[in-house]
Amino acid sequence: MSAALAIEGLRVVYDGHHALKGVSLDVAQGESYGLVGESGSGKSTLLRAIAGLAPVTEGEVSVDGERVGPGRDKAFYRKVQMVFQDPYGSLHPRHTVDRLLLEPLAIHGFTDIEARILRALDEVGLGSGFRFRYSHQLSGGQRQRVAIARALILEPSILLLDEPTSALDASVQAEVLNLLEQVRSDRGLTFLMVSHDLAIVTHMCERLTVMQNGQEVERLSASDLAARTVTKDYTRNLLTASEGFVREGSA
Amino acid sequence: MTRLLTVDGLKVDFPTRSGVVEAVRGVSFTLGRERLGIVGESGSGKSQTGRAIMGLTPANARISAERLNFSGIDLLDVPARQRRDLRGKRIAMILQDPKYSLNPVMSIGRQIVETLRAHETIGRAEARDRALAMLEAVQIREASRVFDLYPHEVSGGMGQRAMIAMMLIAGPELLIADEPTSALDVTVQLEILAILYRLVADRGMGLIFISHDLGLVSSFCDRVIVMYAGRIVEELPASELANAEHPYTRGLLNCMPRIGADRHPLPVLDRKPEWAL
Ligand SMILES: Nc1ncnc2c1ncn2[C@@H]1O[C@H](COP(=O)(O)OP(=O)(O)OP(=O)(O)O)[C@@H](O)[C@H]1O
Ligand SMILES: Nc1ncnc2c1ncn2[C@@H]1O[C@H](COP(=O)(O)OP(=O)(O)OP(=O)(O)O)[C@@H](O)[C@H]1O
Ligand SMILES: [Mg+2]
Ligand SMILES: [Mg+2]
Repeated sequence: MSAALAIEGLRVVYDGHHALKGVSLDVAQGESYGLVGESGSGKSTLLRAIAGLAPVTEGEVSVDGERVGPGRDKAFYRKVQMVFQDPYGSLHPRHTVDRLLLEPLAIHGFTDIEARILRALDEVGLGSGFRFRYSHQLSGGQRQRVAIARALILEPSILLLDEPTSALDASVQAEVLNLLEQVRSDRGLTFLMVSHDLAIVTHMCERLTVMQNGQEVERLSASDLAARTVTKDYTRNLLTASEGFVREGSA
Repeated sequence: MTRLLTVDGLKVDFPTRSGVVEAVRGVSFTLGRERLGIVGESGSGKSQTGRAIMGLTPANARISAERLNFSGIDLLDVPARQRRDLRGKRIAMILQDPKYSLNPVMSIGRQIVETLRAHETIGRAEARDRALAMLEAVQIREASRVFDLYPHEVSGGMGQRAMIAMMLIAGPELLIADEPTSALDVTVQLEILAILYRLVADRGMGLIFISHDLGLVSSFCDRVIVMYAGRIVEELPASELANAEHPYTRGLLNCMPRIGADRHPLPVLDRKPEWAL
């Protein structure tokens, strides 16, 4: 069976800066795959490159075994949706929640718009009272939930999730993670998910890639990470840092 | 401990099309030269509390308080000019949405330099050196490359650190940090916390640390305030967070994923209407 998503030797260069230096990975149909690593290591760039939003200079992206060309058409976005890292930049502040959810439906020619909007709001735990608020009138976490609703509303088969819950408090985070797992099993979705929280990645993903400086450090299973069966020092440092802050002098 | 800030009965209301949103409904606390954590549900009023102290409440909102006092200054009754002078120089806030809050048409480095020059008489070359040193202090690799980048050209965590650098460079007495490390990988996160820790311990800065990362708050802060629906429902020493009494706080602790724990689905909160009274 071919992978739902396959990336081969992907390279991205911004004005002479090599943000991705040849990264490969493949995600099986229905799998949830994690990306962790240093800030600035190219995780968002990798997702953006898949979505056709980064200057790829080399390498290939394939969806369901078919190579994706340089442009991305409507059919691609019907299949692949992305939740961006900063919900502030990705949602127009002067648009109402209603309009933000309606737009993708209209672009893709859906008809049962009303029912879909209500269901999408309900799924992410925002009551219909939020429907006519402007996105600048929402808290950080409320905005992120709108962004997730907007990605799910088109019923894509592949979701690219860039730190989907880093703006959420623990209780809403648990609800959103449960929702994501639920839709993944209901609809057989495939996830590629970036998170700096190792607990979230081991909870949500089967396998993951650790990245640093535009490159893969190591590739491992979530259970190996949880069991600390890791081979690289950088991964070990991440695990140690996950244990929390240690005051000077008490270390 | 010297008291830096007194907040007594703070309220923030927003009139909207579908009625008044009571974002903050009578919040009271004091802050000395310490690390005070604020945790709480999304939408519970954490950011609006910070913004009110900083003087960044949106113009259409109604704000009131019995007292809102910073170092002897009544913040609700201070001339606009003096308020502006306080902001940045003596009170600074790391906003939750750093990339959105940075000026999109000015390079990162120039924004830091301008902040510095607004508060200190200092030559261009020296300002540049100090800005670069600050970017390095917040663990940005290739600081001289990043200096010339625009906000849309940096990663989420780099934008967050640029904002931190900009707020720290003026040496504020009170820093409100709203989810300052939410976009950072864990190793960089600890480096940033170590910087904040030293500013409080060595320089006597007061720090309000808003975060949803309970593990981080309990290991980093001295005290914690727990907010729910615009109010404080519990206040306790950070080290005691694991023994919190309020059912909301207990529920919050229980629903975090843990490495190696296999809980599918994660437990969620059963919110009780009486928590919001
Ligand atoms: N438009 C751009 N122009 C120039 N450089 C860019 C641009 N977009 C990204 N970069 C650079 O690419 C590198 C990788 O950025 P990316 O956003 O992929 O990092 P990341 O791993 O997602 O980090 P974080 O965890 O902080 O979000 C960074 O050094 C960044 O400055
Ligand atoms: N401009 C506005 N108009 C109307 N309501 C607003 C406005 N800004 C914020 N609110 C509402 O005020 C409440 C408190 O918002 P605040 O941003 O303080 O939440 P928060 O605790 O910081 O949440 P988060 O953890 O999601 O960032 C929210 O319910 C939000 O929807
Ligand atoms: Mg990123
Ligand atoms: Mg907030």
